[in-house]
Amino acid sequence: MRSLCCPPSAAADVIELTAQPLDVGAMARSVQTDAHGAVVTFLGTTRETSPGDLRPVAALEYEAYPAMAVAEMETIAREARERFGPLEIAMMHRTGRVALGEPSVAVVVAAPHRGPAFDACRYAIDALKARVAVWKREVYRDGGAAWIANTPS
Amino acid sequence: MPLVHVLAFARLRELLGFGARELEVDDGTTLDDVWVRLSRDAPGLDGLRSSTRFARNGALADGATLLREGDEVALLPPVGGG
Repeated sequence: MRSLCCPPSAAADVIELTAQPLDVGAMARSVQTDAHGAVVTFLGTTRETSPGDLRPVAALEYEAYPAMAVAEMETIAREARERFGPLEIAMMHRTGRVALGEPSVAVVVAAPHRGPAFDACRYAIDALKARVAVWKREVYRDGGAAWIANTPS
Repeated sequence: MPLVHVLAFARLRELLGFGARELEVDDGTTLDDVWVRLSRDAPGLDGLRSSTRFARNGALADGATLLREGDEVALLPPVGGG
């Protein structure tokens, strides 16, 4: 794990949980090098309604088991590289309250070509949603709230 | 008796009424035993065992896993990241 604070001398994976808004531009800059011809970004943003539930959502709250969540994201980054070749990944997930319309998760992959960049980005977000120790609570406009599990893919 | 550190997350945290606590357990106690013991004081846990996963010291672990002094036990509901 490397902080986003300083310009990278060489790209490395960036894997973090953060209570702050996600800076996707900084994530892209952190993974891209002259060896990369493609950068693919996935943003998961909070939405107002979820399937099968007509109660409008006011905000989402995320809780994590930080040690396990970060270790699993690092494992996913390794797996993506084994499957799709040389690439760099930045994966960041919000914790705490996330306002409607804001990104709660971002995956940025830099690779030599767009094929592996798209494939690795898809792989990483799917694996993150299935495996990483993060939990989501929908807070509704009517004042209620519910924990929402991801559906198995 | 061994002392273990129990972490509970999300819905399980709410139902149990704690996010972290120490628990004294007998020698030979397993993760499943911890679940049964905590369920006695939290009837809301009934029916949630099959969807709950356990971790011991940061790694997913089977319910039959034996606990040792100082272990960190985590009770993990189905994840919802993204």
